[in-house]
Amino acid sequence: MSQPYRIPGRGLINRDRSVSFTFDGREIPGYEGDTIASALLANGEIMVGRSFKYHRPRGIVGAGGDDPAAMVQIGSDPASTDPNVMVTTREIHAGLEARSQNCWPSLKHDVGVLNDVFMRFFPAGFYYKTFMGSDRFRWLNWMTFEPFIRRAAGLGKSPTKPDPDSYESVNRHCDVLVIGAGPAGLAAAANAARSGARVILVEETDRLGGSLNATDPDGTTIGGKAPADWIADQTAKLAEHPEVTVLTQTTAFGYYAMNFVGLIERVKDHLPEHRRDRRQPRQRVWRVRAKQVVLATGAIERPLVFNENDRPGIMLAGAVRTFLNRYGVLAGKRVLIFTNNDSAWQTAFDIRAAGGEVAGIVDLRRELNEAMALRALKAGIAVYPRTAIVGTHGRHRIDSAFVSSLDDNGNVRGSRSRIECDLIAVSGGWNPNVALFAQSRGKLKWDEELASFRPGLSWQQERSAGACNGTLELQEVLAEGSKAGLEAARAADFTVRAIRQPEVRTDAVETLNLVPVWQVPSGLPREKTKAFVDLQDDVKASDLQLATEEGYDSVEHTKRYTTQGMGTDQGKISNVNAFGIMAEARGITVPEVGTTTFRQPYRPVTIGALGGQHVGAHFMPRRGTPMHAWHLEQKAIFEPVGDWLRARAYPKPGESFHDAVQREAKAARTTAGILDATTLGKIDIRGKDARTFLNRVYTNAWSKLAPGRCRYGLMLGEDGMVSDDGVTACIADDHFHMTTTTGGAASVLQKLEDYLQTEWPDLDVWLTTVTEQWAVAAVCGPKAEEIVASVVEGIDLDPEEFPFMTWQDGTVGGIPVRVFRVSFTGETSYEINIPATYGRWLWEELIAAGKPHGLTPYGTEAMHLLRAEKGFIIVGQETDGTVTPGDLRMDWAVAKKKGDFIGKRSLSRSDTVRDDRKQLVGLLTVDGDHVPMEGAQIIGTPEEPAPPVPMLGHVTSAYFSPNLGRSIAMAMVKRGGQRMGETVWIARLGDKPVPAKIVHYDFLGDAVGEAA
Amino acid sequence: MFVIDCPNCGARDQSEFTYAGEAHIARPTDSENMTDAEWAEFVFMRTNTKGLFAERWWHATGCRKFFNMLRNTATDEIHAVYRIGEKPPKVTADLPATPAGEASIGSGNDAVKIMTRDEEAAS
Ligand SMILES: [Zn+2]
Repeated sequence: MSQPYRIPGRGLINRDRSVSFTFDGREIPGYEGDTIASALLANGEIMVGRSFKYHRPRGIVGAGGDDPAAMVQIGSDPASTDPNVMVTTREIHAGLEARSQNCWPSLKHDVGVLNDVFMRFFPAGFYYKTFMGSDRFRWLNWMTFEPFIRRAAGLGKSPTKPDPDSYESVNRHCDVLVIGAGPAGLAAAANAARSGARVILVEETDRLGGSLNATDPDGTTIGGKAPADWIADQTAKLAEHPEVTVLTQTTAFGYYAMNFVGLIERVKDHLPEHRRDRRQPRQRVWRVRAKQVVLATGAIERPLVFNENDRPGIMLAGAVRTFLNRYGVLAGKRVLIFTNNDSAWQTAFDIRAAGGEVAGIVDLRRELNEAMALRALKAGIAVYPRTAIVGTHGRHRIDSAFVSSLDDNGNVRGSRSRIECDLIAVSGGWNPNVALFAQSRGKLKWDEELASFRPGLSWQQERSAGACNGTLELQEVLAEGSKAGLEAARAADFTVRAIRQPEVRTDAVETLNLVPVWQVPSGLPREKTKAFVDLQDDVKASDLQLATEEGYDSVEHTKRYTTQGMGTDQGKISNVNAFGIMAEARGITVPEVGTTTFRQPYRPVTIGALGGQHVGAHFMPRRGTPMHAWHLEQKAIFEPVGDWLRARAYPKPGESFHDAVQREAKAARTTAGILDATTLGKIDIRGKDARTFLNRVYTNAWSKLAPGRCRYGLMLGEDGMVSDDGVTACIADDHFHMTTTTGGAASVLQKLEDYLQTEWPDLDVWLTTVTEQWAVAAVCGPKAEEIVASVVEGIDLDPEEFPFMTWQDGTVGGIPVRVFRVSFTGETSYEINIPATYGRWLWEELIAAGKPHGLTPYGTEAMHLLRAEKGFIIVGQETDGTVTPGDLRMDWAVAKKKGDFIGKRSLSRSDTVRDDRKQLVGLLTVDGDHVPMEGAQIIGTPEEPAPPVPMLGHVTSAYFSPNLGRSIAMAMVKRGGQRMGETVWIARLGDKPVPAKIVHYDFLGDAVGEAA
Repeated sequence: MFVIDCPNCGARDQSEFTYAGEAHIARPTDSENMTDAEWAEFVFMRTNTKGLFAERWWHATGCRKFFNMLRNTATDEIHAVYRIGEKPPKVTADLPATPAGEASIGSGNDAVKIMTRDEEAAS
């Protein structure tokens, strides 16, 4: 039979359902309920990969989310392959393909192992010393080396094609969020649920019960029931409460401000292809806002740091127990226990109870619990007190350990003896899993008995219960969990009474009596000792000691220098050991050394899951105008402007973008053009003080603007810099219609509301955003009047009767419209505003009416070109937040005589009145076919001088003008207003500067003629 | 991500709000008579407080009203929310000892904090 390490009758796997998967192409048999790790171990496979730096063989060390280095690549599809998956957390299913990582050409024959041979040349800070600070390598740098280092030492391989899976994120509010469904979490959830509170219980694995699943089922009863039955009872009770949600396969990955907790649910990863519901996402992020949180995240065992402790076959003692009792796998045929505390002895007893062989218990302590020692004796287990493992042997799996006894000072005494074993079960103690507590910004405290950190002072609305709080006895764990559940429910304003606790009977070892030993002596000099602390990043105790000697005191600096805890496991099992070694090296206590940050995410989270639904077309909301579908039908090219998608040009079949823009811009001046101007921001302003308000927010005067008239306005910040512009129409004395730039609509509304609500609450003014209420079609050009006249009724459109900068009410087919005689092109122009639902209809009416006249739809690019021909600015293109109206040479738009307005005082600041400021000018290149690059720098000499090059300014806009038959540009140039007719040069990257003449920026005026 | 208790709408997610800078900075009404330096003080200078800070928020996608908030910028604790025009209420907060110091608990600046012996004795 295969699976030679499987123990009959043990474990919670389903032996009626065989499941097999492949590992490096070989078929591995297992059972439903196995993880990759337990199935591999059942078949005697303990080596899974190689380490990051030295490519040393790495085996399975933990049994759950704590394992440091046993990771595989899942799948080979370039779109869906999943790197760095921990074998201890992924359930097997038919069709699963796993591959070892970080080894080439194969797991057992690896080229990178040469790094191992040269280990002493890779000391702490090797990368820093070599690539950042070394004179020898100054001619090279990190950029040169990085690709090679990454190729030789990469972890898994990222997918190279777009992710085919879907993800989602959901928001939930709950009263009590319980994280962890071990005994404490189950007790907390059950008690909180009785109150009627909305409870979410989160469990990382596929099964509720936590540590109870790892106990000998015959050794413990809860309220007279076997652990599995008690778990089933609790689960059934939770199911009775409709307000309770139980999530398995779900990790709480981040604890953020105000009890905001991120959960990642693996919805389908563990299922075979045929059981994956296509309607479900692959993974789901739950964004939970909880009134109260109960942390029941358990404890993480830490190993002992001893010489040659990184060989496959050296496993945490608790993990050996978990594999045995939960998965029915005894990972070794002859197991040696190595410990500094009582808990690992239970592993020995469980192995014996399951009929396995224990090679002995090597205990660093001198004083041993007598009852425990007697129990070992009865079980026929050899005990080696005051003894250390000082070395191990075995290439891809250990075959023996070397032990020495210790003297009173803890130094190696006498000779080494050899003990044959194929598995060493190690325990250096238990670290309460305080990651989420620390993320909640609670304060830790050092617990001398545990020699570890545990929760001290809470900051947010949470409480810790059970092993994560440093409580290890099951009866106490249940009591603490129940109490936490009750208190959390009450704190969330629910009423609930305590009920009697079930009595726990157990023969399990629940004492610790830990004697901390941060580094086990080897009797060898430091440079010959290979005592690993961080198995993923290959950090040895000696690296930490060297870093300390080199002056690294801060725990955060030492971490970065040595890479301790910087792998994907974030040092879950290794950090406290590292702090202990640093403390010893510096002669201070561990709490004085402190701890590194417990960063979110607690475990790696797929980027896809964080992105959720916001991918592709759903990356962000996009707004389209009522005419959008028409633009789509015309196969327009679009561009995003603010949240909007606007038609940029309408190329005809076979026509290039450039040619389309030229054609559209030409038509707008020779026949007629039509622009979808719906996206302009529109704010309806009402109230008896509306005029006063406009006077204060715009630079120009509004007191005398009569109903029916329009005016252009510039808006500044208090710093005097132009922030927006637009045309505002007077509808009535107490009613105005303001337009803003497309991108500035939201910020202008915020700014206006800000001043109204906080500075001038006495003004009777009301603002309403009406951008979406009106669809706007702007028709311009010589034929515009004729076209609009055939569509709009009730207005005499003759420019004599309907002059520039006025507006009138009319109708189109009986629908009321507002027509504004304003122009952003310089041509005769009619902007027709119609209630938005009629937008497309109006547009098509105009297109049909314009057909005989050559009416041409034009996009935003032609619009930009047309306004540049006329010398109109675009806020955000000509301006960049450092430009005053004077800099734009638009002093005509500033009313000096009227009262205060936003930014007025800043226009007389010493800086804004400097006479050498950059000013807006037009530029005509000497070569009219050359269109300068927008953003290009302007200099004063035909050749680019040696740096630093004195800069005169930069090009803000540049186009080829079809109407002028040459290029035009706008630019900000130092003292530009006083330099008309001068020649400047436009710098180019890797090419000669281009000469250009400074002109007035109204190119349709006499600028072009003058320059010629 | 905060939950902010809008004085008009009640508790809502931070994503509905827009931050609007330091509170209680009145726009001068006689700027014509101010020196450049005095005016610059209003336009450019903000206190950049570490600790209890009065700031303005705008409930952009809710009631569209501005309001004031007292927040400890070291810990992100929100101590009070009050209307425009109202004076900040008196609150007690665990403040950083010096401008460069840290709040005793709740700050995200200094990674993980460990209880002092005094705190352990007191708890
Ligand atoms: Zn509100």
